Amino acid sequence: MAMQLNSAQPARTDAGSKVAPPGVRVEHLTLRYGENTIFDNLNLRTSGGRLTALLGVSGVGKTSLLKIIAGLIEPTAGCVIGTDGRPVADRIAYMGQQDLLLPWLSVFKNVTLGARLRRETVDRVRAERLLEQVGLAAHHKTLPAALSGGMRQRAAIARTLYERRPIVLMDEPFCALDAITRANIHELAAEMLGGRTVLLITHDPLEAARLGHHLLVLQGCPATAGSPIAVAGEPPRSPDDPNLQKSQGQLLRLLMESQ
Amino acid sequence: MIATAHTRFAKAGRGLAIFSGLIAIWWVVALGLRLPVYMLPTPPVVAEALWAGRDFLWGHALITAWEILLGLGLGLLLGVLLAVSMAFSRTLERWLMPVLVISQSIPIFALAPLLVLWLGFGISSKVAAAALVIFFPVAASFYDGLRRTEPGWLELARTMGASRLAQLRHVRLAAALPAFGSGLRVGAAIAPIGAVIGEWVGSSGGLGYVMLNANARMQTPVCFAALFILSLMAVGLWHVVNLVLKYLLYWAPDSA
Repeated sequence: MAMQLNSAQPARTDAGSKVAPPGVRVEHLTLRYGENTIFDNLNLRTSGGRLTALLGVSGVGKTSLLKIIAGLIEPTAGCVIGTDGRPVADRIAYMGQQDLLLPWLSVFKNVTLGARLRRETVDRVRAERLLEQVGLAAHHKTLPAALSGGMRQRAAIARTLYERRPIVLMDEPFCALDAITRANIHELAAEMLGGRTVLLITHDPLEAARLGHHLLVLQGCPATAGSPIAVAGEPPRSPDDPNLQKSQGQLLRLLMESQ
Repeated sequence: MIATAHTRFAKAGRGLAIFSGLIAIWWVVALGLRLPVYMLPTPPVVAEALWAGRDFLWGHALITAWEILLGLGLGLLLGVLLAVSMAFSRTLERWLMPVLVISQSIPIFALAPLLVLWLGFGISSKVAAAALVIFFPVAASFYDGLRRTEPGWLELARTMGASRLAQLRHVRLAAALPAFGSGLRVGAAIAPIGAVIGEWVGSSGGLGYVMLNANARMQTPVCFAALFILSLMAVGLWHVVNLVLKYLLYWAPDSA
């Protein structure tokens, strides 16, 4: 069953197709490192076209779960498939804890890295439009080292979206930013990721409550997933939205109890 | 702009100060010890020998320069090929690494006579000797750099559907360039050693040959003149290598 994760076909996306993006189904997932059992028969499901925020204390296995979905780690048992029944590993775009911009490439070349890795022709128009949308149109040729943390993160978003994948996996992408930059980038991210299936790991209840359609808490060892909590209203919720205060509070209580 | 002009000026000034300082120390020691000319000649005597033998020395210097450059080229090529193939295949790494280490356990002094025996008195035995001392530091540090690619970059490349070859070409090679740079610097610094040792063992030309002959005839000033040219060449090579690395590593100012 685990074979399904590492499909040998070259990564293709259903770019441009009008099919609604699939959700992600994790079934009977087990992951062991020697004596350590991270997951034992874990099951969860996220809705297609929605942003699910994945929370949980450090070390509970959030990153491992994301990497299994991305096909970067082979699980001991179990599988991950799309709600449409097809494998997902070649339909995801991945955004890690660091921005992972290559320091020797300009912003433009970083955004279009995927095309060069797959030996495709670079879609200049699309890349330029994405850079414009994230507000980096003037920084085409800039090297990452010359960008601020927020700008680097916006370049990483553009690179993620350039990939045209229906599913986006994000591992605490904004945790290194200051509160204001983070709040701004949340709006940008929500706007640009809209319509895709997003799985966002975060430690920040505010981030989860602002961006998530659903919240999912991983807890325990081996980790189990609670039932998804639906958040009222459409993301990105404004910082002074009363719903936001409420769900953030609930979430924080839940996380404190789970520890 | 002012800052760069200023640093450039400071650099040139520092170079000049080191150069004249070393000459001055040499001069003072030679005068102070009152040694005969065949033991330690003073700078003016060496300058005279340098000028008097300019055509002769120039011809031999050219030979040595070629040996160093060709040796550096060959050693680089060999080192890079080895490092890349070891980085690409674990099996190759397991087979090649011991061979690499063995090749370094034999001192070049011991190997040089064999190289002359096999490749002759001409330039090729010296090129081979230079290449042999250069390829190891290049291969070792470049391979180290290739192995230590930031894991996040490789994971990202894999999620983008990159083949192993594409990961190597677009991510790992560039990421390992700073490590390659340190190997190249060591290689450039020791390249003259390989060439000159080759010449000492058996040759019909080159600065090493000049030194050996001059020494045998107690023409110590000529020997010093040849040494002087050799160190100028070494410093020049070092500078060229630094310029090339600065250009290649525009994105990593710390390692360039």
